[in-house]
Amino acid sequence: MSKHNLQKRRVVVTGLGVVSPVGVGVQASWSDLLAGKSGITRITKFDPSPFASQIAGEVKGFDVSQYLPAKEARRMDTFIQYGMAAGIEAVRDSGIEVTEENAERIGVSIGSGIGGLQLIEETDETFHASGPRKISPFFIPGTIINMISGNLSIMYGFKGPNVAIVTACTTGTHSIGDAARMIEYGDADVMIAGGAEAAITQLGVGGFAAARALSTRNDDPATASRPWDRDRDGFVIGEGAGVMVLEEYESAKKRGAKIYAELVGYGMSADAYHMTAPNMDGPRRSMRNALNNAGVNPDQVQFINAHGTSTPLGDTNETNAIKAAFGDHAKSLVVNSTKSMTGHLLGGAGGLESVFTVLSIHHQVSPPTINIFNQDPECDLDYCANEARDLKIDVALKNNFGFGGTNGSLVFAKI
Amino acid sequence: MSDIEQRVKKIVSEQLGANEADVKNESSFVDDLGADSLDTVELVMALEEEFDCEIPDEEAEKITTVQQAIDYVSANLK
Repeated sequence: MSKHNLQKRRVVVTGLGVVSPVGVGVQASWSDLLAGKSGITRITKFDPSPFASQIAGEVKGFDVSQYLPAKEARRMDTFIQYGMAAGIEAVRDSGIEVTEENAERIGVSIGSGIGGLQLIEETDETFHASGPRKISPFFIPGTIINMISGNLSIMYGFKGPNVAIVTACTTGTHSIGDAARMIEYGDADVMIAGGAEAAITQLGVGGFAAARALSTRNDDPATASRPWDRDRDGFVIGEGAGVMVLEEYESAKKRGAKIYAELVGYGMSADAYHMTAPNMDGPRRSMRNALNNAGVNPDQVQFINAHGTSTPLGDTNETNAIKAAFGDHAKSLVVNSTKSMTGHLLGGAGGLESVFTVLSIHHQVSPPTINIFNQDPECDLDYCANEARDLKIDVALKNNFGFGGTNGSLVFAKI
Repeated sequence: MSDIEQRVKKIVSEQLGANEADVKNESSFVDDLGADSLDTVELVMALEEEFDCEIPDEEAEKITTVQQAIDYVSANLK
């Protein structure tokens, strides 16, 4: 294949993997999501009493020994374990077999926003208590962000591109979008792509709380994440991973792969505005860039899996950006936030929610946005409030926006 | 089997993810039990922890088999 080829190589999704606050594994997560079950509870990982926000979407019932030998697992921070587990599920689901012929054509692009914060905190304690000789030789490889991509390539022998993007809450989206570009451009035929996060730690929660970003609805965790509700008061931190196998269409067809959807477009933008506050024009341009890249008109889109974090500013801002990007058609869209149930996985959000977007197309259904008790009059789109809905979805858009003013949008289509 | 021998073998087995039956006195960490350079650093740290001692780097480099670990600990235990 030559890069001068005018025909763009098509990219399809052939495998999915999930570790999330609403379930470990794609099936468990998806059925809880459609049922509108919240994964948000009081924090159990540490005593949250001194913290303003004491609630989170923790992963429950995760058994790492199903994916990795104990010796390897204990040297990886939790975010790496989650990324590996989701990656392994996605690879198994795709049925891809690594051979001498294809190994160099398979790559990995799984990022994280924050990395191994828990292990950094623990190692810092060990260092202060006992000195530098007690720092584990596995501290660095157990905490740095590219070690999901690295470890997955070592485990399977994937010898293609191996990268890890770090763009805060847009990490997973960019990881998938860039991976698709690598396939389009001819650097790889298959990419394992997504995002992972495990930042429900004292510094993670304390830091976001200090920025006044988190919900403090500590007395009612299950209703704390309430995108577009009038009384929303911040996001709820979540953890986990979402990974998908992207594959060049012809090669997927040739091996008879199950194809969930096609990734038809990818757009990016920067707000160039503020470190943490949102801005309408950046997300608008991100969506428009993705639609242009996909070659679809706004009125061909039926469904958006929104960033929808449940912050007072962010939800209004995204609503306005969708209206600006889609014009009159915005009113016809179904706009859903799965964060109402999972909380915000930060760097894992784009991975997890892209998997959910693909499943929405595959099953032709929108999950609910739960906890919309009193819809904010300033947020006046159809958010699929409180009940899942069967929906004809030919084209779906996925948004994520991150600190630094970095935006990413993906367009998936039914195939 | 002495108490020290038992404890050393248990740690070697845990740290290197090897079956206890495979951990023999003559076993080499690298050649028989599949350890790499980072594994051996971590193993020495685990021995220090278990036996509450400090093994200097130049001594640690000489401990490459289970028996050498047992010998070192036996000779240097406080």
